[in-house]
Amino acid sequence: MTEEKKKIRSLDDLRKIKEKTGDLTSARSEEDKTKVIIGMGTCGIAAGAREIMNAVLKELEVRNLHNVAVETTGCIGMCQNEPLLDVIRPGEPRITYITVTPPDVARIISEHVVNGRIVQDKLYGRAD
Amino acid sequence: MLEDLSHHILDIAENGVNAGADEIAIELEDCEFIRLTVKDNGRGMDEATALSVVDPFYTTRTERRVGLGLPFLKQLAELCDGEFRLSSTPGKGTLVHATFSKKSVDIPPLGDIPSSLLTLLIGHGEIHWRYVHRTGSREFVLDWDELKEALGGGDLLSDPALAMGVREYITTNIEELYT
Repeated sequence: MTEEKKKIRSLDDLRKIKEKTGDLTSARSEEDKTKVIIGMGTCGIAAGAREIMNAVLKELEVRNLHNVAVETTGCIGMCQNEPLLDVIRPGEPRITYITVTPPDVARIISEHVVNGRIVQDKLYGRAD
Repeated sequence: MLEDLSHHILDIAENGVNAGADEIAIELEDCEFIRLTVKDNGRGMDEATALSVVDPFYTTRTERRVGLGLPFLKQLAELCDGEFRLSSTPGKGTLVHATFSKKSVDIPPLGDIPSSLLTLLIGHGEIHWRYVHRTGSREFVLDWDELKEALGGGDLLSDPALAMGVREYITTNIEELYT
């Protein structure tokens, strides 16, 4: 008998996932979290921002990162550079990455979010 | 530009967020016609503005209330032998309604609706979201407040595993409407 991976179907299935991680998320205050902000205006959506969101979540899950707050923002007038992804590490300036692709997301998470090294080739500028 | 209906849903719902809504209801009926309704209780628009937001050359530069999304949705609905309606009341909110004939060769795919919904929930978890997906006599209802309560509240989606679990929960339940 092969055991098929059970699909998440009910609220109970979701509760089980929650029990696994417990309350480890609420232990940290917002200031200690790194923020990842994705542009989700019409321009961002058309350029693939939702797929960037998916890639961010997947990467955070794979790396089991819980101290990252993922947010979205509207159009900031840099439509030609979408998808845009900003990273703000606690106490550090806001860094904007431009024309981000899903493979870039893995690099930005591992290099910048985890290790604090800015990914220079996708960089727009520092907004500080 | 916006390649499928799920991208339009995300875009139109973001308009509601930008209009200051705290309740946004999205309904999608998938029968002979696809009927999409997005209703928000944001600040709404007066008649002249409501007429002009479906014009692709209109923009409210100062606050960017609406981008190019609405004109594209209108164009798409009309291309698919459907109709587009936008009604709005200042101070009350806005309702966007678009239909598409499934017989039309131009009918867009539904796309990845669960990812659009999850993006909205992550970005704006404080809003009272409701999503209803109907196929004939069957329906799936996602009520964000009920879901949050059932899972014990808190900042649920800051756990990426749970966020992806919520997406799979939506995917499974929508898929089951078609089996």
